[in-house]
Amino acid sequence: MAILSMSKTLFKSLVHGPYTVLYPVKKKETYERTRGRVEINISQCIYCGLCQRRCPTGAIQVNRGNTTWSIDRLKCIQCNYCNEVCPKKCLRMNNEYTSPSFGSVRDDYTNARVSGDKENN
Amino acid sequence: MGNRTVIPFGPQHPVLPEPIHLDLMLEDERVVEAIPRIGYIHRGLEKLVEKKDFQQYTYVAERICGICSFMHGMGYCMTIESIMDIKIPERAEFLRTIWAELSRMHSHLLWLGLSADAFGFESLHMHTWRLREQVLDIFEETTGGRVIFSVCEIGGVRKDISPETLDKIDRILTDMEKELKEITHVFLSDSSVKYRTKGIGVLSKQAAFDLGAVGPMAKASGIKRDLRTQGYAAYGKLKFEPIIETDGDSYARTSVRIKEVFQAVDLIKQAIAIIPEGGINVKVTGNPNGEYFTRVEQPRGSAMYYVKASGSKFLDRFRVRTPTFANVPALLETLKGCSLADVPILILTIDPCISCTER
Ligand code: SF4
Ligand code: SF4
Repeated sequence: MAILSMSKTLFKSLVHGPYTVLYPVKKKETYERTRGRVEINISQCIYCGLCQRRCPTGAIQVNRGNTTWSIDRLKCIQCNYCNEVCPKKCLRMNNEYTSPSFGSVRDDYTNARVSGDKENN
Repeated sequence: MGNRTVIPFGPQHPVLPEPIHLDLMLEDERVVEAIPRIGYIHRGLEKLVEKKDFQQYTYVAERICGICSFMHGMGYCMTIESIMDIKIPERAEFLRTIWAELSRMHSHLLWLGLSADAFGFESLHMHTWRLREQVLDIFEETTGGRVIFSVCEIGGVRKDISPETLDKIDRILTDMEKELKEITHVFLSDSSVKYRTKGIGVLSKQAAFDLGAVGPMAKASGIKRDLRTQGYAAYGKLKFEPIIETDGDSYARTSVRIKEVFQAVDLIKQAIAIIPEGGINVKVTGNPNGEYFTRVEQPRGSAMYYVKASGSKFLDRFRVRTPTFANVPALLETLKGCSLADVPILILTIDPCISCTER
Protein backbone atom coordinates (compact mmCIF):
# COMPACT_ATOMS: atom_id res chain seq x y z
CA MET A 1 0.00 0.00 0.00
CA ALA A 2 1.46 3.29 -1.02
CA ILE A 3 0.33 6.73 -0.02
CA LEU A 4 1.00 9.97 -1.90
CA SER A 5 2.08 7.91 -4.91
CA MET A 6 0.94 10.69 -7.22
CA SER A 7 3.17 13.39 -5.72
CA LYS A 8 6.15 12.76 -8.03
CA THR A 9 3.99 13.32 -11.11
CA LEU A 10 2.38 16.38 -9.59
CA PHE A 11 5.70 18.02 -8.71
CA LYS A 12 6.96 17.31 -12.20
CA SER A 13 3.99 19.03 -13.77
CA LEU A 14 4.42 22.03 -11.46
CA VAL A 15 7.87 22.53 -12.94
CA HIS A 16 6.79 21.65 -16.47
CA GLY A 17 3.96 24.17 -16.73
CA PRO A 18 0.79 23.61 -18.76
CA TYR A 19 0.67 20.66 -21.14
CA THR A 20 -2.16 22.25 -23.07
CA VAL A 21 -1.92 24.75 -25.91
CA LEU A 22 -2.97 28.30 -25.14
CA TYR A 23 -5.72 28.54 -27.72
CA PRO A 24 -6.47 30.93 -29.50
CA VAL A 25 -3.10 32.64 -28.99
CA LYS A 26 -1.38 29.50 -30.16
CA LYS A 27 -3.00 27.02 -32.48
CA LYS A 28 -2.38 23.32 -32.52
CA GLU A 29 -0.42 22.45 -35.61
CA THR A 30 -2.04 20.09 -38.07
CA TYR A 31 -0.38 17.20 -39.83
CA GLU A 32 0.01 16.67 -43.52
CA ARG A 33 -2.74 14.06 -43.48
CA THR A 34 -5.18 15.92 -41.22
CA ARG A 35 -8.58 15.80 -42.84
CA GLY A 36 -10.11 19.24 -42.44
CA ARG A 37 -12.15 20.40 -45.38
CA VAL A 38 -12.70 19.42 -49.00
CA GLU A 39 -11.42 21.94 -51.55
CA ILE A 40 -12.09 21.92 -55.27
CA ASN A 41 -10.14 23.22 -58.19
CA ILE A 42 -13.25 24.07 -60.13
CA SER A 43 -11.59 24.81 -63.44
CA GLN A 44 -10.53 21.13 -63.67
CA CYS A 45 -13.94 19.66 -62.82
CA ILE A 46 -15.83 17.98 -65.66
CA TYR A 47 -19.10 17.71 -63.68
CA CYS A 48 -19.23 13.96 -64.03
CA GLY A 49 -21.09 13.71 -60.71
CA LEU A 50 -19.11 10.74 -59.46
CA CYS A 51 -18.27 12.48 -56.20
CA GLN A 52 -21.95 13.22 -55.62
CA ARG A 53 -22.94 9.59 -56.23
CA ARG A 54 -20.25 8.14 -53.97
CA CYS A 55 -20.45 10.60 -51.08
CA PRO A 56 -21.91 8.64 -48.13
CA THR A 57 -23.72 11.65 -46.67
CA GLY A 58 -24.96 13.35 -49.80
CA ALA A 59 -23.01 16.51 -49.03
CA ILE A 60 -22.05 17.25 -52.63
CA GLN A 61 -24.38 18.55 -55.33
CA VAL A 62 -23.15 18.70 -58.89
CA ASN A 63 -25.09 20.36 -61.63
CA ARG A 64 -23.78 19.70 -65.09
CA GLY A 65 -26.29 22.00 -66.80
CA ASN A 66 -25.20 25.23 -65.17
CA THR A 67 -21.74 23.94 -64.20
CA THR A 68 -21.96 24.33 -60.45
CA TRP A 69 -20.44 22.22 -57.73
CA SER A 70 -21.52 22.80 -54.17
CA ILE A 71 -20.87 21.22 -50.83
CA ASP A 72 -22.74 21.32 -47.55
CA ARG A 73 -19.87 21.76 -45.12
CA LEU A 74 -21.69 20.48 -42.06
CA LYS A 75 -22.96 17.37 -43.82
CA CYS A 76 -19.50 16.39 -44.95
CA ILE A 77 -17.84 13.85 -42.65
CA GLN A 78 -14.34 14.28 -44.11
CA CYS A 79 -14.12 10.69 -45.23
CA ASN A 80 -12.06 11.57 -48.31
CA TYR A 81 -14.02 9.16 -50.52
CA CYS A 82 -14.94 11.85 -53.09
CA ASN A 83 -11.29 12.75 -53.37
CA GLU A 84 -10.34 9.16 -54.19
CA VAL A 85 -12.98 8.59 -56.85
CA CYS A 86 -12.66 11.89 -58.72
CA PRO A 87 -11.35 11.04 -62.22
CA LYS A 88 -9.78 14.50 -62.70
CA LYS A 89 -8.18 14.63 -59.24
CA CYS A 90 -9.50 18.13 -58.79
CA LEU A 91 -10.57 17.59 -55.18
CA ARG A 92 -8.20 18.00 -52.30
CA MET A 93 -8.37 17.63 -48.54
CA ASN A 94 -7.36 20.82 -46.78
CA ASN A 95 -5.86 20.59 -43.26
CA GLU A 96 -7.96 23.44 -41.91
CA TYR A 97 -11.40 22.74 -40.49
CA THR A 98 -14.55 24.60 -41.40
CA SER A 99 -15.20 27.08 -38.59
CA PRO A 100 -18.15 26.38 -36.33
CA SER A 101 -21.45 27.98 -37.24
CA PHE A 102 -25.09 28.13 -36.20
CA GLY A 103 -26.66 27.41 -39.54
CA SER A 104 -25.82 25.21 -42.48
CA VAL A 105 -22.85 26.28 -44.55
CA ARG A 106 -23.07 25.64 -48.27
CA ASP A 107 -20.19 26.62 -50.47
CA ASP A 108 -21.00 27.02 -54.16
CA TYR A 109 -18.46 26.97 -56.91
CA THR A 110 -19.34 27.96 -60.42
CA ASN A 111 -17.09 27.66 -63.37
CA ALA A 112 -17.06 30.68 -65.63
CA ARG A 113 -16.72 28.49 -68.69
CA VAL A 114 -19.14 29.46 -71.42
CA SER A 115 -19.52 27.02 -74.27
CA GLY A 116 -18.08 28.38 -77.47
CA ASP A 117 -16.14 31.03 -75.61
CA LYS A 118 -12.59 30.02 -76.40
CA GLU A 119 -10.98 32.69 -74.25
CA ASN A 120 -12.47 31.62 -70.98
CA ASN A 121 -12.12 27.91 -71.48
CA MET B 1 -34.61 -5.37 7.08
CA GLY B 2 -34.87 -1.68 6.31
CA ASN B 3 -37.25 0.16 4.05
CA ARG B 4 -37.09 -0.45 0.37
CA THR B 5 -36.54 2.58 -1.82
CA VAL B 6 -36.20 2.86 -5.57
CA ILE B 7 -33.60 5.33 -6.79
CA PRO B 8 -33.48 6.16 -10.48
CA PHE B 9 -29.91 6.33 -11.75
CA GLY B 10 -29.32 7.95 -15.11
CA PRO B 11 -29.86 8.45 -18.00
CA GLN B 12 -28.22 11.76 -17.09
CA HIS B 13 -25.62 11.34 -14.37
CA PRO B 14 -22.21 12.97 -13.90
CA VAL B 15 -20.44 9.64 -14.01
CA LEU B 16 -22.14 8.38 -17.15
CA PRO B 17 -20.49 9.32 -20.42
CA GLU B 18 -23.54 7.97 -22.22
CA PRO B 19 -27.17 7.49 -21.28
CA ILE B 20 -28.31 4.29 -19.59
CA HIS B 21 -31.01 4.15 -16.98
CA LEU B 22 -31.01 1.90 -13.92
CA ASP B 23 -33.71 1.57 -11.32
CA LEU B 24 -31.84 0.76 -8.15
CA MET B 25 -33.85 -1.10 -5.53
CA LEU B 26 -32.28 -0.18 -2.20
CA GLU B 27 -32.55 -1.58 1.27
CA ASP B 28 -31.07 1.19 3.39
CA GLU B 29 -27.77 1.84 1.59
CA ARG B 30 -27.48 -1.59 -0.09
CA VAL B 31 -28.58 -2.29 -3.62
CA VAL B 32 -30.71 -5.42 -3.77
CA GLU B 33 -31.66 -5.26 -7.39
CA ALA B 34 -30.95 -3.16 -10.44
CA ILE B 35 -33.30 -2.97 -13.42
CA PRO B 36 -31.75 -1.54 -16.57
CA ARG B 37 -33.41 0.32 -19.38
CA ILE B 38 -31.61 1.10 -22.59
CA GLY B 39 -32.71 2.61 -25.87
CA TYR B 40 -32.07 6.32 -25.45
CA ILE B 41 -29.70 6.72 -28.36
CA HIS B 42 -30.77 4.19 -30.94
CA ARG B 43 -29.68 5.52 -34.32
CA GLY B 44 -30.82 2.78 -36.67
CA LEU B 45 -27.38 2.24 -38.14
CA GLU B 46 -28.09 -1.41 -39.00
CA LYS B 47 -31.07 -0.42 -41.07
CA LEU B 48 -28.88 1.99 -42.99
CA VAL B 49 -27.29 -0.88 -44.96
CA GLU B 50 -30.38 -0.75 -47.14
CA LYS B 51 -29.69 2.88 -48.08
CA LYS B 52 -25.91 3.04 -48.36
CA ASP B 53 -24.03 0.67 -50.62
CA PHE B 54 -21.59 -1.76 -49.08
CA GLN B 55 -18.57 0.44 -49.84
CA GLN B 56 -20.13 3.56 -48.37
CA TYR B 57 -21.24 1.59 -45.33
CA THR B 58 -17.59 1.23 -44.24
CA TYR B 59 -17.80 4.86 -43.10
CA VAL B 60 -21.07 4.21 -41.29
CA ALA B 61 -19.69 1.08 -39.58
CA GLU B 62 -16.84 3.14 -38.18
CA ARG B 63 -19.30 5.50 -36.62
CA ILE B 64 -21.04 2.82 -34.56
CA CYS B 65 -18.67 3.79 -31.76
CA GLY B 66 -16.32 6.69 -31.33
CA ILE B 67 -13.80 4.77 -29.27
CA CYS B 68 -13.55 1.46 -31.10
CA SER B 69 -14.16 3.18 -34.43
CA PHE B 70 -11.23 1.51 -36.12
CA MET B 71 -12.17 -1.97 -34.96
CA HIS B 72 -15.79 -1.58 -36.03
CA GLY B 73 -14.61 -0.61 -39.48
CA MET B 74 -12.14 -3.47 -39.49
CA GLY B 75 -14.73 -6.03 -38.33
CA TYR B 76 -17.12 -4.95 -41.06
CA CYS B 77 -14.42 -5.00 -43.74
CA MET B 78 -13.20 -8.42 -42.61
CA THR B 79 -16.74 -9.79 -42.90
CA ILE B 80 -17.22 -8.48 -46.43
CA GLU B 81 -13.73 -9.65 -47.42
CA SER B 82 -14.55 -13.15 -46.20
CA ILE B 83 -17.78 -13.22 -48.22
CA MET B 84 -16.05 -11.99 -51.36
CA ASP B 85 -13.01 -14.19 -50.78
CA ILE B 86 -10.57 -11.29 -50.83
CA LYS B 87 -7.09 -11.86 -49.48
CA ILE B 88 -5.68 -8.55 -48.32
CA PRO B 89 -1.93 -7.83 -48.58
CA GLU B 90 0.17 -8.75 -45.58
CA ARG B 91 1.31 -5.19 -45.00
CA ALA B 92 -2.32 -4.09 -44.72
CA GLU B 93 -2.88 -6.76 -42.07
CA PHE B 94 0.03 -5.44 -40.03
CA LEU B 95 -1.12 -1.84 -40.42
CA ARG B 96 -4.59 -2.86 -39.25
CA THR B 97 -3.05 -4.56 -36.23
CA ILE B 98 -1.00 -1.47 -35.35
CA TRP B 99 -4.03 0.80 -35.54
CA ALA B 100 -6.17 -1.70 -33.65
CA GLU B 101 -3.67 -1.91 -30.80
CA LEU B 102 -3.28 1.87 -30.70
CA SER B 103 -7.07 2.00 -30.40
CA ARG B 104 -6.90 -0.42 -27.50
CA MET B 105 -4.36 1.81 -25.77
CA HIS B 106 -6.42 4.91 -26.23
CA SER B 107 -9.62 3.18 -25.15
CA HIS B 108 -8.11 1.77 -21.96
CA LEU B 109 -6.41 5.06 -21.10
CA LEU B 110 -9.73 6.80 -21.61
CA TRP B 111 -11.37 4.32 -19.28
CA LEU B 112 -8.66 4.64 -16.64
CA GLY B 113 -9.14 8.40 -16.69
CA LEU B 114 -12.91 8.08 -16.41
CA SER B 115 -12.66 5.67 -13.54
CA ALA B 116 -10.24 7.99 -11.72
CA ASP B 117 -12.83 10.69 -12.24
CA ALA B 118 -15.55 8.39 -10.89
CA PHE B 119 -13.74 7.78 -7.63
CA GLY B 120 -12.91 11.46 -7.38
CA PHE B 121 -9.22 11.60 -8.26
CA GLU B 122 -9.24 14.53 -10.66
CA SER B 123 -5.51 14.98 -11.19
CA LEU B 124 -5.05 11.29 -11.97
CA HIS B 125 -7.87 11.59 -14.50
CA MET B 126 -6.18 14.53 -16.20
CA HIS B 127 -2.74 12.92 -16.29
CA THR B 128 -4.09 9.69 -17.78
CA TRP B 129 -5.76 11.67 -20.52
CA ARG B 130 -2.61 13.66 -21.10
CA LEU B 131 -0.89 10.40 -22.00
CA ARG B 132 -3.80 9.36 -24.17
CA GLU B 133 -3.39 12.56 -26.16
CA GLN B 134 -0.08 11.28 -27.55
CA VAL B 135 -1.87 8.25 -28.99
CA LEU B 136 -4.44 10.53 -30.61
CA ASP B 137 -1.62 12.57 -32.13
CA ILE B 138 -0.18 9.40 -33.66
CA PHE B 139 -3.62 8.71 -35.13
CA GLU B 140 -3.89 12.17 -36.58
CA GLU B 141 -0.46 11.96 -38.12
CA THR B 142 -0.97 8.52 -39.67
CA THR B 143 -4.64 8.58 -40.64
CA GLY B 144 -5.74 12.21 -40.68
CA GLY B 145 -8.40 11.82 -37.99
CA ARG B 146 -8.24 11.78 -34.22
CA VAL B 147 -11.36 9.76 -33.51
CA ILE B 148 -12.75 8.55 -36.81
CA PHE B 149 -9.90 7.36 -38.99
CA SER B 150 -11.60 6.39 -42.28
CA VAL B 151 -8.53 4.37 -43.06
CA CYS B 152 -9.86 0.84 -43.33
CA GLU B 153 -11.45 -0.18 -46.59
CA ILE B 154 -12.69 -3.36 -48.12
CA GLY B 155 -9.59 -4.92 -49.63
CA GLY B 156 -7.01 -3.42 -47.26
CA VAL B 157 -6.22 0.00 -45.88
CA ARG B 158 -6.26 3.40 -47.54
CA LYS B 159 -3.08 4.86 -46.14
CA ASP B 160 0.40 3.51 -45.58
CA ILE B 161 2.71 4.43 -42.73
CA SER B 162 6.23 5.29 -43.84
CA PRO B 163 9.21 3.53 -42.18
CA GLU B 164 10.29 6.86 -40.62
CA THR B 165 6.89 7.36 -39.05
CA LEU B 166 6.93 3.77 -37.79
CA ASP B 167 10.27 4.48 -36.12
CA LYS B 168 8.84 7.63 -34.64
CA ILE B 169 5.85 5.71 -33.24
CA ASP B 170 8.27 3.21 -31.73
CA ARG B 171 10.20 6.02 -30.04
CA ILE B 172 7.06 7.75 -28.75
CA LEU B 173 5.84 4.47 -27.28
CA THR B 174 9.18 3.81 -25.58
CA ASP B 175 9.03 7.22 -23.89
CA MET B 176 5.37 6.78 -23.10
CA GLU B 177 5.95 3.44 -21.41
CA LYS B 178 7.96 5.14 -18.64
CA GLU B 179 5.24 7.68 -17.98
CA LEU B 180 2.58 4.98 -18.16
CA LYS B 181 4.39 3.00 -15.46
CA GLU B 182 4.39 6.07 -13.24
CA ILE B 183 0.67 6.74 -13.68
CA THR B 184 -0.55 3.15 -13.56
CA HIS B 185 1.44 2.61 -10.38
CA VAL B 186 -1.04 4.98 -8.72
CA PHE B 187 -3.99 2.87 -9.87
CA LEU B 188 -2.42 -0.34 -8.66
CA SER B 189 -0.82 0.64 -5.39
CA ASP B 190 -2.23 3.87 -3.97
CA SER B 191 -4.11 3.06 -0.80
CA SER B 192 -6.96 5.50 -1.40
CA VAL B 193 -7.53 4.12 -4.91
CA LYS B 194 -7.36 0.53 -3.73
CA TYR B 195 -9.88 1.33 -1.04
CA ARG B 196 -12.39 2.14 -3.79
CA THR B 197 -11.65 -0.85 -6.03
CA LYS B 198 -10.34 -3.80 -4.02
CA GLY B 199 -13.04 -6.34 -3.22
CA ILE B 200 -15.76 -4.19 -4.85
CA GLY B 201 -18.18 -5.80 -7.28
CA VAL B 202 -16.81 -9.32 -7.24
CA LEU B 203 -17.89 -11.46 -10.17
CA SER B 204 -17.08 -15.13 -9.73
CA LYS B 205 -15.66 -17.16 -12.58
CA GLN B 206 -18.81 -19.28 -12.78
CA ALA B 207 -21.08 -16.22 -12.82
CA ALA B 208 -18.96 -14.55 -15.49
CA PHE B 209 -19.19 -17.70 -17.59
CA ASP B 210 -22.93 -18.21 -17.06
CA LEU B 211 -23.77 -14.58 -17.81
CA GLY B 212 -21.63 -14.55 -20.93
CA ALA B 213 -19.29 -11.76 -19.83
CA VAL B 214 -16.66 -10.74 -22.36
CA GLY B 215 -13.41 -8.82 -22.47
CA PRO B 216 -11.72 -7.48 -19.32
CA MET B 217 -14.88 -8.33 -17.36
CA ALA B 218 -14.40 -12.05 -18.10
CA LYS B 219 -10.61 -11.94 -18.05
CA ALA B 220 -10.57 -10.40 -14.55
CA SER B 221 -12.69 -13.33 -13.34
CA GLY B 222 -10.22 -15.84 -14.66
CA ILE B 223 -11.77 -16.76 -18.01
CA LYS B 224 -9.07 -17.07 -20.61
CA ARG B 225 -10.93 -15.87 -23.65
CA ASP B 226 -9.27 -13.49 -26.07
CA LEU B 227 -10.30 -13.62 -29.71
CA ARG B 228 -6.99 -12.22 -30.86
CA THR B 229 -5.61 -15.70 -30.28
CA GLN B 230 -7.62 -16.79 -33.34
CA GLY B 231 -4.97 -14.94 -35.32
CA TYR B 232 -7.07 -12.57 -37.43
CA ALA B 233 -5.24 -9.62 -39.06
CA ALA B 234 -1.57 -10.07 -38.12
CA TYR B 235 -2.14 -11.37 -34.58
CA GLY B 236 -1.19 -14.89 -35.67
CA LYS B 237 2.34 -13.67 -36.36
CA LEU B 238 2.84 -11.89 -33.05
CA LYS B 239 3.65 -13.38 -29.68
CA PHE B 240 1.30 -12.69 -26.82
CA GLU B 241 -0.64 -14.35 -24.04
CA PRO B 242 -4.15 -13.29 -22.98
CA ILE B 243 -4.08 -11.40 -19.69
CA ILE B 244 -5.89 -13.05 -16.82
CA GLU B 245 -6.65 -12.07 -13.25
CA THR B 246 -8.59 -14.23 -10.83
CA ASP B 247 -10.06 -11.95 -8.17
CA GLY B 248 -12.97 -10.73 -10.26
CA ASP B 249 -13.26 -7.39 -8.46
CA SER B 250 -12.91 -3.83 -9.75
CA TYR B 251 -9.24 -3.87 -8.88
CA ALA B 252 -8.66 -6.97 -11.02
CA ARG B 253 -10.48 -5.36 -13.94
CA THR B 254 -8.35 -2.22 -13.64
CA SER B 255 -5.28 -4.39 -13.52
CA VAL B 256 -6.29 -6.35 -16.65
CA ARG B 257 -6.79 -3.12 -18.58
CA ILE B 258 -3.49 -1.67 -17.41
CA LYS B 259 -1.64 -4.81 -18.41
CA GLU B 260 -3.39 -4.73 -21.77
CA VAL B 261 -2.08 -1.22 -22.37
CA PHE B 262 1.48 -2.48 -21.91
CA GLN B 263 0.68 -5.55 -23.99
CA ALA B 264 -0.56 -3.25 -26.77
CA VAL B 265 2.72 -1.31 -26.65
CA ASP B 266 4.57 -4.59 -26.95
CA LEU B 267 2.40 -5.84 -29.82
CA ILE B 268 2.84 -2.59 -31.77
CA LYS B 269 6.60 -2.79 -31.31
CA GLN B 270 6.62 -6.41 -32.47
CA ALA B 271 4.52 -5.49 -35.50
CA ILE B 272 6.79 -2.54 -36.37
CA ALA B 273 9.81 -4.82 -36.18
CA ILE B 274 8.53 -7.40 -38.65
CA ILE B 275 6.12 -5.48 -40.90
CA PRO B 276 6.67 -6.66 -44.48
CA GLU B 277 7.00 -4.42 -47.53
CA GLY B 278 4.37 -4.45 -50.26
CA GLY B 279 1.02 -3.10 -51.34
CA ILE B 280 -1.65 -1.99 -48.93
CA ASN B 281 -4.84 -2.81 -50.78
CA VAL B 282 -6.32 -4.92 -53.54
CA LYS B 283 -8.95 -3.85 -56.02
CA VAL B 284 -12.46 -4.97 -55.23
CA THR B 285 -14.80 -5.81 -58.08
CA GLY B 286 -18.34 -7.10 -58.01
CA ASN B 287 -20.79 -7.26 -55.16
CA PRO B 288 -20.84 -9.59 -52.15
CA ASN B 289 -23.11 -12.61 -52.19
CA GLY B 290 -23.49 -14.82 -49.14
CA GLU B 291 -23.38 -14.52 -45.39
CA TYR B 292 -20.67 -14.49 -42.78
CA PHE B 293 -19.95 -14.05 -39.08
CA THR B 294 -16.78 -12.39 -37.83
CA ARG B 295 -15.60 -11.93 -34.28
CA VAL B 296 -13.11 -9.30 -33.21
CA GLU B 297 -11.57 -8.62 -29.80
CA GLN B 298 -12.28 -5.02 -29.00
CA PRO B 299 -10.97 -3.17 -25.94
CA ARG B 300 -14.27 -3.91 -24.21
CA GLY B 301 -14.48 -7.52 -25.30
CA SER B 302 -15.59 -9.56 -28.25
CA ALA B 303 -17.77 -7.98 -30.89
CA MET B 304 -19.61 -9.97 -33.54
CA TYR B 305 -20.48 -8.88 -37.04
CA TYR B 306 -22.97 -10.62 -39.26
CA VAL B 307 -23.56 -9.73 -42.88
CA LYS B 308 -26.04 -11.21 -45.33
CA ALA B 309 -25.72 -10.15 -48.93
CA SER B 310 -27.49 -11.25 -52.07
CA GLY B 311 -25.31 -10.02 -54.90
CA SER B 312 -26.59 -6.47 -55.10
CA LYS B 313 -24.58 -3.50 -53.89
CA PHE B 314 -26.91 -3.08 -50.93
CA LEU B 315 -26.64 -5.62 -48.14
CA ASP B 316 -29.69 -7.52 -46.91
CA ARG B 317 -28.79 -7.50 -43.26
CA PHE B 318 -26.03 -6.29 -41.01
CA ARG B 319 -25.91 -7.08 -37.33
CA VAL B 320 -23.44 -6.15 -34.62
CA ARG B 321 -23.33 -7.63 -31.15
CA THR B 322 -21.25 -5.24 -29.10
CA PRO B 323 -19.32 -6.16 -25.94
CA THR B 324 -21.21 -3.74 -23.67
CA PHE B 325 -24.46 -5.47 -24.51
CA ALA B 326 -22.94 -8.80 -23.45
CA ASN B 327 -21.63 -7.27 -20.23
CA VAL B 328 -24.87 -5.71 -18.97
CA PRO B 329 -26.10 -8.96 -17.26
CA ALA B 330 -22.74 -9.25 -15.51
CA LEU B 331 -23.02 -5.63 -14.40
CA LEU B 332 -26.43 -6.28 -12.84
CA GLU B 333 -24.96 -9.23 -10.99
CA THR B 334 -22.07 -7.17 -9.55
CA LEU B 335 -24.47 -4.41 -8.48
CA LYS B 336 -26.41 -6.79 -6.22
CA GLY B 337 -25.36 -6.23 -2.64
CA CYS B 338 -23.09 -3.27 -3.25
CA SER B 339 -23.50 0.04 -1.46
CA LEU B 340 -25.04 3.03 -3.22
CA ALA B 341 -21.73 4.92 -3.18
CA ASP B 342 -20.08 2.18 -5.23
CA VAL B 343 -22.68 2.15 -8.00
CA PRO B 344 -20.90 4.75 -10.23
CA ILE B 345 -17.58 2.95 -10.17
CA LEU B 346 -19.29 -0.41 -10.78
CA ILE B 347 -21.17 0.91 -13.78
CA LEU B 348 -17.91 2.22 -15.15
CA THR B 349 -16.17 -1.05 -14.47
CA ILE B 350 -17.71 -2.70 -17.55
CA ASP B 351 -16.48 0.25 -19.61
CA PRO B 352 -19.98 0.97 -20.87
CA CYS B 353 -20.36 2.14 -24.44
CA ILE B 354 -24.07 2.67 -24.82
CA SER B 355 -24.17 4.25 -28.23
CA CYS B 356 -22.52 1.22 -29.78
CA THR B 357 -24.81 -1.09 -27.81
CA GLU B 358 -27.84 0.59 -29.33
CA ARG B 359 -26.28 1.45 -32.65
S1 SF4 C 1 -15.81 13.60 -59.38
FE1 SF4 C 1 -14.33 15.26 -59.73
S2 SF4 C 1 -14.65 15.81 -61.87
FE2 SF4 C 1 -16.43 14.60 -61.30
S3 SF4 C 1 -17.93 16.14 -60.62
FE3 SF4 C 1 -16.83 15.50 -58.79
S4 SF4 C 1 -15.17 16.97 -58.58
FE4 SF4 C 1 -15.94 17.18 -60.66
S1 SF4 D 1 -15.24 13.88 -47.76
FE1 SF4 D 1 -16.77 12.25 -47.73
S2 SF4 D 1 -18.57 13.19 -46.82
FE2 SF4 D 1 -17.22 14.86 -47.43
S3 SF4 D 1 -17.93 15.42 -49.44
FE3 SF4 D 1 -16.28 13.93 -49.72
S4 SF4 D 1 -17.32 11.94 -49.86
FE4 SF4 D 1 -18.79 13.42 -49.02
